[in-house]
Amino acid sequence: MAHIDEAPRATKPGEEAVAPPQGREKKLPGRDRFTVVTMVTIPLLLVVALVWVPALLSVVLSFGKWNGFGDLDTIEWVGFQNYRDIVTIYPAFWPAIQHNLIWLAFLFFLPTLFGMFLAVLLDREMRGSRIYQTAFYMPVVLSLALIGFIWQLFYSRDQGLINDIFGSQVDWYGDPDINLWAVLVATAWRHTGYIMLIYLAGLKGVDASLREAAAVDGASEVKTFFHVIFPVMRPINMIVIVIVVIESLRAFDLVWVVNKGRNGLELIGALVAQNVVGEATRYGFGSALAVIMMLISSVFITVYLRNVFREERRG
Amino acid sequence: MSSHDPVMVATTPPERVPTSTPPKRVEGGVMSKPRGVLVTVIVALLALAWLFPLLWALVNSFREYEYTQANGYLSFGGWTTSNYEEAWTRGNFGLHMKNSLLVTVPAVLLTLWLSSMVAFVLARFSYRFNLTMLGVFLAANLLPPQALLIPVFRMFREIPLPLFMSDSGSMLNSFWALILVNTAFQMGFCTFVLSNYMKTLPYEIYESAELDGASVWRQYWQLTMPLVRPALAALATLQVTWIYNEFFWATVLIQQGNKLPVTSALNNLRGQFFTDTNLVAAGSIIVALPVLVVFFALQKQFVSGLTLGSTKG
Repeated sequence: MAHIDEAPRATKPGEEAVAPPQGREKKLPGRDRFTVVTMVTIPLLLVVALVWVPALLSVVLSFGKWNGFGDLDTIEWVGFQNYRDIVTIYPAFWPAIQHNLIWLAFLFFLPTLFGMFLAVLLDREMRGSRIYQTAFYMPVVLSLALIGFIWQLFYSRDQGLINDIFGSQVDWYGDPDINLWAVLVATAWRHTGYIMLIYLAGLKGVDASLREAAAVDGASEVKTFFHVIFPVMRPINMIVIVIVVIESLRAFDLVWVVNKGRNGLELIGALVAQNVVGEATRYGFGSALAVIMMLISSVFITVYLRNVFREERRG
Repeated sequence: MSSHDPVMVATTPPERVPTSTPPKRVEGGVMSKPRGVLVTVIVALLALAWLFPLLWALVNSFREYEYTQANGYLSFGGWTTSNYEEAWTRGNFGLHMKNSLLVTVPAVLLTLWLSSMVAFVLARFSYRFNLTMLGVFLAANLLPPQALLIPVFRMFREIPLPLFMSDSGSMLNSFWALILVNTAFQMGFCTFVLSNYMKTLPYEIYESAELDGASVWRQYWQLTMPLVRPALAALATLQVTWIYNEFFWATVLIQQGNKLPVTSALNNLRGQFFTDTNLVAAGSIIVALPVLVVFFALQKQFVSGLTLGSTKG
């Protein structure tokens, strides 16, 4: 902590990069050094205590059996037993994995691609483009729990609009064969606008001269997009993929509001919660499920962070 | 960010190649006239479809249950405001709104304060472990909250709080728990956005501040903070909506019904409103109203907050 270099100043595009005053190591006076350390330490303690320590403890607990009522000495260490049980005799596990995968595929192929497509359309000169954008991303400010609530107005068996129109008697949220799809449609309503917004921001950042050059070469719009725009959007494309994966893995709110993640709506995130606040508290078992989630997400978090660091080093 | 709120990630835009003349932006190429009209019409229709669910809720929240039962929902008439009064009292919305306020405001302020300090240090000084620090905060932002639930839940149960701070006597069932958890999870994104924003400030201001003998704290509090106000405003807007919408932690850490913030109270309301769609509609509009007001009043901040995360500076 003794050596503090002045940070290199950010270079704006088009400017000559200014070399940081290197070699001129400034020693901050003691009081300032104390300030700097404190400014970082307090937030760091919070994030370590509430995120990193629990993450570690989840791993430890996943090797034990514990009903959570007794003290720590009532934990019975069972090695990989929890993991074995999950994949062999826990009836909700494989359906949950399957539903999470369906969630991922659905989110990616429908609302994500559709949101990107909308962004491309809205990126052009269009009368009222602003208003349309607002309409698409308005659902983004609503919570998914509330969205599940609102969509009851369409899905309710006796009073829902869908059954009203078609004269059907389908219980969209209650029928285990279709409720997953009903929930996914409601999710898509919000997800589309979210992706559209992020992608639109990316498109605005694409240098205009690229388009001009393509136009001069007489390339068609479609060709321009796929051969010129799409490749330079690589960082944004990566981010979109990370978002979709993480969102699908964490999905929880909607299914919990509908039926606490049972009866056709099993999702891995809901299973963890069921083992803590449900009828049975099985901490070891729930932790093992949590660790499985962590392992899946860490792959994508690593990809994402590598992306960020590469940009940071360049920036 | 979300099982509880949107996964918010930050990125940088593609490299811009500086051009000698300021380029005139060509919007997605020029379309032939008829095709342009067709695309506009399609997009407009889709936008209408997107507005429909909320409009449908709005319309039905103003209709009498008896009338819609007799005539079906595809009728017209039976206007009333009584659903709102009934939903408000039955759902005990006054109490839950107050709870949301007591969680959201402190959490947003704390998040912005802590992340602006980290961001300042990351932007102003370069240490060998700067990137690691950023990673520690950012990754926390993306971990599924369910993966941390059990240890957090137990820790909070074990931490005693004096009764004047929490009538449950522990962190569990207290607003403090939600404030701290939300802060810990949201810091990563805010730190990233703010430090990028601070890096764009002209370096000379710090040099002259140092010559004047300003301490590091003064450089942060009196010099940097006023300059990053736009970014703070944008982030505050985003964070208010996200923390107000937070569902997962509130659901599992609060088990006393009267302590629930409004979003997580929806679960209990379901049972109460279950048989009356018009009440569901009114309840939904009540819950959506605060975020929609924020959204329409501060739309610019909202969008720029999201895009700040996806563009640098």
